[in-house]
Amino acid sequence: MRDVAVVGYAQRQTAQFDGSPTMVEVLVPIFQELYASTGFAKSDIGFWCSGSSDYLAGRSFSFVQSVDAIGALPPVNESHVEMDAAWALYEAWLKIQTGEVDTALVYGFGKASAGTLRRTMSLQLDPLTMTPLWPDTVSIAGLQARLGIDAGLWTERDMAEVAQRSLTDAESNEHAVRKGGSSVEELLARPLYADPLRKHDCSPVTDGAAAIVLAAGDVARRATERPAWITGLTHRIDPLHLGARDLTEAPSVRAAAAGVDLAGVQVAELHAPFSHQELILRRELGLADDVRINPSGGALVSNPLFTGGLNRIGEAARRIWDGSADRALGHATSGPALQQNLLCVMDGSN
Amino acid sequence: MGKQAAAVIGVGQTHHRAKRDDVSIAGLCREAIDRALADAGVTFDDIDAIVVGKAPDLFEGVMMPELYLAEALGAVGKPLIRVHTAGSVGGSTAIVAASLVQSGVHKRVLTVAFEKQSESNAMWALSVPVPFVMPVHAGAGGYFAPHVRSYIRRAGAPNHIGAIVAAKDRQNALRNPYAHLHNADTTVESVLASQMLWDPIRYDETCPSSDGACAMVIADADTAASVDSPAWIHGTVMRSEPTTASERDQVNPRAGREAAAYLWKQAGITNPLEEIDAAEIYVPFSWFEPMWMENLGFAAEGEGWKLTESGATAIDGKLPVNSSGGVLSSNPIGASGMLRFAEAALQVRGRAGDHQVDGVRRALGHAYGGGSQFFAMWVVGAERPA
Amino acid sequence: MFHFWAMTTSQSRTLSSPVRVSFDYTRSTGPVLGRYLEGLREGIVLAGRTSDGRVITPPLEFDPGTHAATTDLVRVAESGTVTSWTWCPEPVEGQPLDRPFAWALVTLDGATAPMLHALDVASPSEVHTGQRVRIRWAAERQGLVTDVACFEPVDALADGTWPQPADAVPARDAVAADGPGEPTPVAITPVALDYTYAASPEESSFFRGLAEGRIVGQRCPACNKVYVPPRGACPVDGVPTHDEVELAQTGIVTTFCVVNVPFLGQQIKPPYVSAYILLDGADIALQHLILDIPADEIRMGMRVEAVWKPREEWGTTIENISHFRPTGEPDADYDTYKHHL
Repeated sequence: MRDVAVVGYAQRQTAQFDGSPTMVEVLVPIFQELYASTGFAKSDIGFWCSGSSDYLAGRSFSFVQSVDAIGALPPVNESHVEMDAAWALYEAWLKIQTGEVDTALVYGFGKASAGTLRRTMSLQLDPLTMTPLWPDTVSIAGLQARLGIDAGLWTERDMAEVAQRSLTDAESNEHAVRKGGSSVEELLARPLYADPLRKHDCSPVTDGAAAIVLAAGDVARRATERPAWITGLTHRIDPLHLGARDLTEAPSVRAAAAGVDLAGVQVAELHAPFSHQELILRRELGLADDVRINPSGGALVSNPLFTGGLNRIGEAARRIWDGSADRALGHATSGPALQQNLLCVMDGSN
Repeated sequence: MGKQAAAVIGVGQTHHRAKRDDVSIAGLCREAIDRALADAGVTFDDIDAIVVGKAPDLFEGVMMPELYLAEALGAVGKPLIRVHTAGSVGGSTAIVAASLVQSGVHKRVLTVAFEKQSESNAMWALSVPVPFVMPVHAGAGGYFAPHVRSYIRRAGAPNHIGAIVAAKDRQNALRNPYAHLHNADTTVESVLASQMLWDPIRYDETCPSSDGACAMVIADADTAASVDSPAWIHGTVMRSEPTTASERDQVNPRAGREAAAYLWKQAGITNPLEEIDAAEIYVPFSWFEPMWMENLGFAAEGEGWKLTESGATAIDGKLPVNSSGGVLSSNPIGASGMLRFAEAALQVRGRAGDHQVDGVRRALGHAYGGGSQFFAMWVVGAERPA
Repeated sequence: MFHFWAMTTSQSRTLSSPVRVSFDYTRSTGPVLGRYLEGLREGIVLAGRTSDGRVITPPLEFDPGTHAATTDLVRVAESGTVTSWTWCPEPVEGQPLDRPFAWALVTLDGATAPMLHALDVASPSEVHTGQRVRIRWAAERQGLVTDVACFEPVDALADGTWPQPADAVPARDAVAADGPGEPTPVAITPVALDYTYAASPEESSFFRGLAEGRIVGQRCPACNKVYVPPRGACPVDGVPTHDEVELAQTGIVTTFCVVNVPFLGQQIKPPYVSAYILLDGADIALQHLILDIPADEIRMGMRVEAVWKPREEWGTTIENISHFRPTGEPDADYDTYKHHL
């Protein structure tokens, strides 16, 4: 395999973006920021790949106009996945692995506030047997959380500890939509919302866009002093049927973890839109107790759909760049109740 | 490490129809997948990863349907990717699937593209009005008709060229048992007599709205070498440009021209008209055949219609184009591009049945999407590339 | 099928408008779920038996082990046990109940896996894991999953007798190898979502100009081309267009089509002429209607001018311009606009 690294990352997040659902206005400054930080020009980018959703935007082909942000004449080598942009990163990584290109710019965007997220996401379910009931994301997470509580796998206090750490860490993250820790006791004293979930157990509705630059070998070394070399990248999917799998587990995380080397991971950015889902992820990944989880605050403090996973990879890469970790893990999830999962292990040396 | 050799070892497609009310979306996909697996002589257990493609989610009213379909597609416990690049998606999906093998990451990849258009209405889904903007949009036909008019003016093409293409592709479809339209009496005259829908595009010059799916198994060199007549991938390309830009050429888009040039170079082709034996080109409206002949470099600018008029693109012509009947005869939008890629593979494998062109060594699969702005193409060949 | 109203709020950076995306999808159900939904219409619940002996409802269309189409459908009871639940304090449109309720995973007697549905209880204190519940059927059943109105606690009933899981129910035949098979039931499932569509700041300035009777483009600072409407990113240079340029209200038709086809959701009654109009001073054409001339007399290169609606009908929309009509000037020479095709 070729040595490929994350060499650039830029993002914008906000509770409610007042511009167009194509988010061109946000992507333009993100791309400019990446050109400046990597030293690459537009013409140095060998492949472009994005992740977004038509249903989030409320119209067909919502990604098409976003191509304008590239300035795509002369034409570009470009693709799009209807997934979190973490999977666009996977496609871009493959493209570099084929040897066809040496660099890629991966971006994602989503204006979740354009619609009613609790209804929109019901469209991810089985259209005949589930969507007509409009089960919402929060409720499905609530069912999952209770299963673990009833089975003695975690407690409401464990969940509050996740929220407390996330809210506290978010104080140093300028992009976090929600921040401000208090104490586990204070969080537990707050009212239940979707029993057994409290509002701080659920990620806030977030609009955002983010982009990552990948580069191979010496090209990566020219772009940044300490590239975050991708030493493991894999993903798996579980079935959707909520009854046919044990929701307290995430076999796809376990299977993906078997395909990468997690030994020595110092920092893990886990894409857990609900507090108990971080507990599931930690268990499935078998991370040691001293692994620093979500120093950015994670998805509990801002979770822009279709970039939330890419953000985890970007945040983990930053820990490599700044030398605070030699090995970091970025994780992305997609689908209801942690259905689909991607792991990206990055190292300070290759 | 460079690009690894890869080949198509299995192809499957559904019987495309206006409404496949005998199957669910999952069943539709499985009809194509099961045929592709059987053709390749493999089972789900042999598959390392799945790549799914389809056009806008509004068509079926399911957000990322590959999630609920994961079990039916045999993807559980495996990597699954969902591609969406507008009308070119079927081609892009095949290219992404190929890259899983060409990168050396996987050995056997299943790819499937589908559309179950009868669940909604494509004209509706494509014409959701944007507030504040003039609601003149009228589906894909309304979008492309002005550009067809521009082509006719620019090339000085006679009015009946589009009808020649439509009659040819509908006649070709009679040889393809999977095709949606089987209209035996379509002639140039009958096409010219059909209703003008989006002037200058007539009813018979438009593609149908179909339910359908297409699947392929793409494998590494070792696997491919052990099967009968694999279709080796000689080159793949994707190129994109904006929908609208000042002075953007919408008739002969630069992205298509540059994609073709890059593709021919990869495949070692210097004269495509002489060296390509069969082409499956995305022609949803008849006039796009001569337009793409020029864009792809089979003809000089302004000369594409002459190839069509001369009969060169007929099934017994110099360069048979869409001997399967093409998009004009079957159009499950998300699958239409993959059908082009798959039909090209069938041609080089000698497995195209009654619409097989004699002696095909190298074939082109082509798809485009958006406002003639996203292009995906591949060349497949009977021989392993050097 | 679409409804939007322009809202003019001068203080906001961008213009926004509600949009409802709504369609009643007609879903082919296939042999497995078709039979399942028919069962619901009949008032029975069917489950699929998997190759490893699990009994799952709604049935899986394909077996997770063998990947073969599910054929073994068995009837399960309409009573069962709550295996998990959550409280839904703020129901959204379309959910089974319009008052706060519980979502529950319920394993029906005879099944080995739970199904998801609403449980009608007044407060979280009235639901618990292990609780016995039964199906409350909808008053009118139509072969949809909503034929099960919701679950209700079992103690709402007296005798405690429930239909027992019993008879195997044959699935319909799988698809024939040589062509499509028999039709399966169609389920109509409406999907209606409300969005707020916002224009970009650049577009918003264009629409606000229209509210003043002006057509305002912007110039790309890199290539100097004048875009109308202005763009959040010049599609060539990837930077926002900036300096405002007020454009003439005359231009030429570069190309066009005559729309003769009616379709669902159409806003303008066909036939109509949809044209690309290159306004004098602009570097990109705008799409609009051509009227006041028979459709078959419209030509590429024809000079046209904007016809505005009465001022009292204006909003922040390009629909302030009713249409374009011929000016009567000589047609533009093809060479002057051919690079805009």
